[in-house]
Amino acid sequence: MSDNVLELRDLNVRIATRRGIVRAVDGVSLEVPRGEAVGLVGESGSGKSMTLRAILGVLPAEARVTSGQILLDGRDLVPLGNAELNHIRGPKMSMIFQEPMSALNPVMRVGRQIAEGPEVHLGYSRSRAAERALELMSRVGIPDPERRFHAYPHEFSGGMRQRVMIAIALSCDPEIILCDEPTTALDVTIQDQILRLLTRLCRESGVSLVFVTHDLPVVAQVCQHLAVMYAGQLVERGDVREVLLDPRHPYTLGLVRSAPDFDYVRESLMPIPGSPPSLIAPPPGCRFHPRCDFAEEDCRVTETPLRMLPGGRATACLHYERCSEAAAADRARP
Amino acid sequence: MTRPVPPAERSEPDLPGIAAVPGAEVPSAPGEPLLAARDIAVWFPYGSQLVARLRHEERLLRAVDGVDLEIARGEALALVGESGSGKSTLALALAGLRRADRGEVRFAGRALPARRRRADQRRIQMVFQDPYSSLNPRLTVGGMLRELLRAHSVVPKSRVAEFSRELLALVGLGEEALTAYPRQFSGGQRQRVAIARALALQPDVLVADEPVSALDVSVQATILNLLRDLRAELGLSLLLISHNLAVVRHLCDRVAVMYLGRIIEVAPAEQLFSTPRHPYTRGLLAAIPKLSQVADDTPAAVLGDPPSPLRIPSGCRFRTRCPIAQARCETEDPVLTATPGDPGHRVACHFAFTPLATEAAGERDQQDWP
Repeated sequence: MSDNVLELRDLNVRIATRRGIVRAVDGVSLEVPRGEAVGLVGESGSGKSMTLRAILGVLPAEARVTSGQILLDGRDLVPLGNAELNHIRGPKMSMIFQEPMSALNPVMRVGRQIAEGPEVHLGYSRSRAAERALELMSRVGIPDPERRFHAYPHEFSGGMRQRVMIAIALSCDPEIILCDEPTTALDVTIQDQILRLLTRLCRESGVSLVFVTHDLPVVAQVCQHLAVMYAGQLVERGDVREVLLDPRHPYTLGLVRSAPDFDYVRESLMPIPGSPPSLIAPPPGCRFHPRCDFAEEDCRVTETPLRMLPGGRATACLHYERCSEAAAADRARP
Repeated sequence: MTRPVPPAERSEPDLPGIAAVPGAEVPSAPGEPLLAARDIAVWFPYGSQLVARLRHEERLLRAVDGVDLEIARGEALALVGESGSGKSTLALALAGLRRADRGEVRFAGRALPARRRRADQRRIQMVFQDPYSSLNPRLTVGGMLRELLRAHSVVPKSRVAEFSRELLALVGLGEEALTAYPRQFSGGQRQRVAIARALALQPDVLVADEPVSALDVSVQATILNLLRDLRAELGLSLLLISHNLAVVRHLCDRVAVMYLGRIIEVAPAEQLFSTPRHPYTRGLLAAIPKLSQVADDTPAAVLGDPPSPLRIPSGCRFRTRCPIAQARCETEDPVLTATPGDPGHRVACHFAFTPLATEAAGERDQQDWP
């Protein structure tokens, strides 16, 4: 357990709004082992993007990390100011966004955008940084890098822009890359290319990934570990395939059941009833209990922190055995 | 798979208003599909047309470039393809929301004029991707339905309120929704409203353009189930446009695959998924992320980007990304041909029925981009 690039310890993020304080991230603890990929899934509003932004130190103005630690290589990022974070963002960690067109500078040549990081953070000369950019461009599969170096982002297709984003993220050899839905805006054939590219880069350079998405099959492609978020809390954690095939939290089970899977056509999809709770005044006890089929009296009153299970898994569900049984019954059905 | 409901069974006892309107039934000519596209093409001019004429060049984006398509009554047909393949433009042309530059749309055995009459408009209704921008924010749901029902005189004035309630019940919304504005609904509820709006005109064909892409996974399921139930209850034909093949597999009987403005393969759904014949379809299926599989270092299923529809390659339009392209593909445009012994499965590839295609399915090209 010692070799974690990133560790979140009881992270809390609160957002002040006119209607009250939103508990956007509520006691999240997560470890990202070196060289491995951790998927973070959940519905919109579950706090997964907020967690990512907290790690990167780019929370919106109204949001604050109120307690907890974000340990990158053992160093806590929470108390650091922007000036110090600027030395960490880039050489230590970087980010890939969902919409590359809005994340790239539209009036700066693509090559220079890739070269900027090494120039600023690694002290490369302009020409050496340009060489580095060309090398990165061919590494992420941008054809004809010499010519494309001088192009602007609008001249690129969506998939190529995402490759540029990946090249920028890699430019200073970070230890961890945070990915926020990097393939959601892409076509399935391009998504396939990008996922393969990320997997290859991960293996080659030993970089770790935190991969935020709502698409379960995509997570299964890239990640070794999976963490499921609901209403600001982590509700389940474990090996990606184990969690998806044998969910130990009813919310995970709900996600698996409601997503149409290409390999397995159900007679009818099973949506999760109800909608996510308000994070200003979340329900007492387990936050999922109002939507849960397995809820008992104790779920309404008992706080449900993440508990370790054998096999490196963890769940927040008090009655996870039932969920396990239901998942087994699902699998048994033809 | 849901059984298509013949027209005779259309009136549901608990939904008195839905089929009991005079003129709602369209006599379908025997042997003729309910809705058919014949050689439909939609072009968008770009840049200066004057300069184009002076230089004797053509500045047209051929979004849809000669498509034949048929939808039977009660059938669910999926249109799949990458962005820019022309699937949405084709849907707009079928729904009469965009004029086709060539070809005709036939409904129940009769060609629809370029400017559709109201009675024809009603037959084919659309549900759009984004329920946030496709509903008028200044109208309550009741107001929206009222306007629609009156303009098309769907039911007598005295029945409008009752009929609206029935519509909402059909899509699983309570009557309190009548007085609410779109902003008061969640994404999934809005998509229900959009579906109710489309159903208000008692269409025979529902065209749904990416109806769940903007929604959360758990909400997607409710809308997909709703579409499936409505189809069974009302005997609707469904044209589903989607890039998500898992959704398609869940909902549709037949699938048409589009690439750069053409249909390159069409077949019954299970057949297309089990024995795809076009190299593009094969790649598309291989590219779907599956729970049971890990991304590895092998080359991607389909390499490169789709070419710009402004510069469609000569001959076969897929040849620039095709793992089995030959010299012939550069010069000869393949036509959609029926599989020997199976007229329902049609493919536009010169080598679809040769060993070349099946061999290449195993070993994919190592090279990157052409």
